[in-house]
Amino acid sequence: MQVTYIQAINQAMHEEMARDENVLILGEDVGILGGAFKATEGLLEKFGSERVVDTPIAESLIVGAGVGLAIQGMRAICEMQFIDFISCGFDQIVNMAATLRYRHGGQASCPIVVRGPCGAGVHGGIYHSQNPEAWFFHIPGLKIVAPATAYDAKGLLKAAIRDDDPVIYLEHKFLYRRIKEEIPEGEFIVPIGKAALRKEGRDMTVITYGSPVHAVMKAAKDMASEVDIEVIDLRTLLPLDWKTIRTSVTKTGKALIVHEARRNGGIGGEIAARIAEELFDFLDGPILRVASRDTHNAFATPLEEYIIPNQERITEAIRKLASY
Amino acid sequence: MTEQKERELYFWLRLVREFEGRVSMLDKQGKIQGGVYSGKGQEAVVVGVCHDLRPDDWIFPLHRDLGAFLLKGADPKRLMAQIFGRREGFAKGKDSFLHGGDFSHCIFGATSMLGSTLPVAVGSAYKFKIRKEDRVAIAFFGEGASSRGDVHEAMNFAGIYKLPVVFVCENNFYAYSTPNELQFAVEDVAVRGPGYGFKGDVCSGNDLHSVMKAAKKAIDRARGGEGPTYLECKTYRYHGHSEHDRATYRSEEELVTWESRDPVERWEVYLEKRKYDVAAIKAETAQRVKKIVDEALAFAEASPWPEGPEAMEDLYAMPIPEE
Ligand SMILES: Cc1ncc(C[n+]2csc(CCOP(=O)(O)OP(=O)(O)O)c2C)c(N)n1
Repeated sequence: MQVTYIQAINQAMHEEMARDENVLILGEDVGILGGAFKATEGLLEKFGSERVVDTPIAESLIVGAGVGLAIQGMRAICEMQFIDFISCGFDQIVNMAATLRYRHGGQASCPIVVRGPCGAGVHGGIYHSQNPEAWFFHIPGLKIVAPATAYDAKGLLKAAIRDDDPVIYLEHKFLYRRIKEEIPEGEFIVPIGKAALRKEGRDMTVITYGSPVHAVMKAAKDMASEVDIEVIDLRTLLPLDWKTIRTSVTKTGKALIVHEARRNGGIGGEIAARIAEELFDFLDGPILRVASRDTHNAFATPLEEYIIPNQERITEAIRKLASY
Repeated sequence: MTEQKERELYFWLRLVREFEGRVSMLDKQGKIQGGVYSGKGQEAVVVGVCHDLRPDDWIFPLHRDLGAFLLKGADPKRLMAQIFGRREGFAKGKDSFLHGGDFSHCIFGATSMLGSTLPVAVGSAYKFKIRKEDRVAIAFFGEGASSRGDVHEAMNFAGIYKLPVVFVCENNFYAYSTPNELQFAVEDVAVRGPGYGFKGDVCSGNDLHSVMKAAKKAIDRARGGEGPTYLECKTYRYHGHSEHDRATYRSEEELVTWESRDPVERWEVYLEKRKYDVAAIKAETAQRVKKIVDEALAFAEASPWPEGPEAMEDLYAMPIPEE
């Protein structure tokens, strides 16, 4: 079955809501409209307005009510119309949801998924382009996933809905309709916490996730005669699949991390630090990062192109690392 | 009202409509890259509230209030450049549409986070009060935004200190696809005003007279130290939420009903009843506003794009030197 990335997301919600009547969705315009990007299309018609709730414009409520439903045995999918608006539900995520199990000494579960479109490259400007993973990467008790393929988009969302802890699910809007691929007909799950080895290679490891996975794969292919690259698509950011990273970097001796989120305080920094701490003896070169420049997601095309990582910057970094 | 004032109000209604109409057309032609949120149908609200403001009063427009920028004195040329994301726009290309304000005319640029300007408007009003400045802050927000916590926090504070602020709710009955009955359980959101200790007032947002009268009362109250007003203007947006939205969630009949209460045509009828030469006024105004918008467009198209490294500018008062 050929599906786009966003159709895969839609299918995952349809299947999970059909499988488990305790699953419901809360968000702005998720019902009547079927979502600003049509991610929730058809859900209202199939599952009714009790389980597909067009909420007022109130992100704190959307997450907080999701927690309330969770402690009563339900599983809420909390949609942010754009992931940027997650800032308006921040407290309910980091202080309420993330600490729930901990502060109840393990009595309580918090099975909610907070999902929404993230990412740049579509002229979204400052408030419709953000990659907020680092805001949450710092918070124990949360899980964060960021699929790059339609297969993972579906499998990870199903896993997230079934997970007993709060999961932040970042869907990259640049990929929504640009990615179309064959996925299996039947039921499948992509486990949270497992990275995908997208390509094997000997010379260096490129660790990436989300939208840049595709640019990295292209670089690996285009540069095959120069350098043999191993590509890890993290898929889950929290918890990190350290084992896959360790195995690869131990083998290649070189690591480049590529993400669209800003460099300063980004997840790449944490990965780099851990590689430096634990794999120093295996390294044959510096750990490099390619990320968005440390500024806001500006609107005008030349500014946006300057800010976010592109093919050229990735190629350059690969060449630099290969030279060691 | 003098004839001159009545004609001037007509000019503003027309300018706002022409400017927004042009922006929508440019969007259709693929010439605008960011989101476009048309306020067509809601012009009487921004005209009625802003026409009599003073240069040092502050406004905090919502995403549909392009007209408020014009009324408050923003240069139409720079406003168009702003929408195009060019260097001569208020944000110098860093963001588009109404995210860049014009501080030289006391116009605040909003973030996308709905309702988030209300606490800022209230902070501004607090300063006007403690420094005994004869100024008001006008905060616009949608009935959808009224559900956000920021709105509650702002109003509560403004009530405590009786601040010189007017909260203008543009109730156009839909927040994107969400109808009012899924937004709140009251008919008029303005009933919330008394809950914060100030007055709530409702007016017809498609009738310039009605808006002007209610706005004057609210602004006088703010200037007179009597505190805030929750001013709700009932209106309707003709276009979809953004230009990409076909608005299939509402009926043709409903749209037509509201179009038949068009705020601009209504003012024309009024001018006719005043026995002015409306045909001449219309022709002259059409020419005048077309010229302004044509010039704005030419300016915007000629304005250069910012260059890549400018993305690193304007982050701090003192740029942080790169090593
Ligand atoms: C905090 C937040 N949540 C969601 C959105 C997405 N969004 C943009 S406009 C809009 C509807 C706004 O409705 P309303 O406040 O009534 O203003 P209107 O567009 O009708 O003028 C929504 C949901 C947003 N901009 N900010």
